[in-house]
Amino acid sequence: MASSALAKPQMRGLLARRLRIHIVGAVIVALGAATLYKFGVAEPRKKAYADFYRNYDSMKDFEEMRKAGIFQSAK
Amino acid sequence: MLATRVFSLVGKRALSTSVCLRAHAHGSVVKSDDFALPSYVDRRDYPLPDVAHVKHLSASQKALKEKEKQPWSNLSLDEKVELYRIKFNESFAEMKRGTNEWKTVVGGALFFMGFTALIIIWEKHYVYGPIPHTFDEDWVAKQTKRMLDMKVSPVQGFSAKWDYDKNEWKK
Repeated sequence: MASSALAKPQMRGLLARRLRIHIVGAVIVALGAATLYKFGVAEPRKKAYADFYRNYDSMKDFEEMRKAGIFQSAK
Repeated sequence: MLATRVFSLVGKRALSTSVCLRAHAHGSVVKSDDFALPSYVDRRDYPLPDVAHVKHLSASQKALKEKEKQPWSNLSLDEKVELYRIKFNESFAEMKRGTNEWKTVVGGALFFMGFTALIIIWEKHYVYGPIPHTFDEDWVAKQTKRMLDMKVSPVQGFSAKWDYDKNEWKK
């Protein structure tokens, strides 16, 4: 056993402290997840679609498909 | 040990103090318990149980309880510990200690997953019929070509990974 007295432990406000830590943590995790998703998934996807449709020629696309023979109504 | 844990989860009653007594038998005699009486429990969420751990004090313990009525500065360290052990079975540190149970659980779960794999291998061999012809390599090749001709998912998905100029998958 220790020969000197131990420091008095924290006696009050334990739940309040726990709740505060976890609420702050939850907010950080939620915002972090949202930020990661926005910049990892949403923005690249928007860019990919913008890039795809910037110089998209639907008639040319249709002709390629028609020549490949996939249509039944346009040979 | 496991049984004690299960029973202490079921309710606020320990099954009997004899189950809780392990290395800390302090000469208390355990008679047949009346389960209607208040009982001792080692629970983190019930820190001050209804009764003391040791019910029947020996002569030296009775003397110690008498000494407890005097100023506590008279008590030696060992006497204080003895008084604690009369009142409580396990300290919080002791009752909170981890076990190796998780290894058994993980090992058992993985073992039965492996056993399930054996069952499935047997099933594939003895029970299932042949898979559809649409899984033939030739068919899948034709299917893939048709998907690329149709430009399935051209933005981010399937056809986006095909190089139409070089007629090969993008590196």
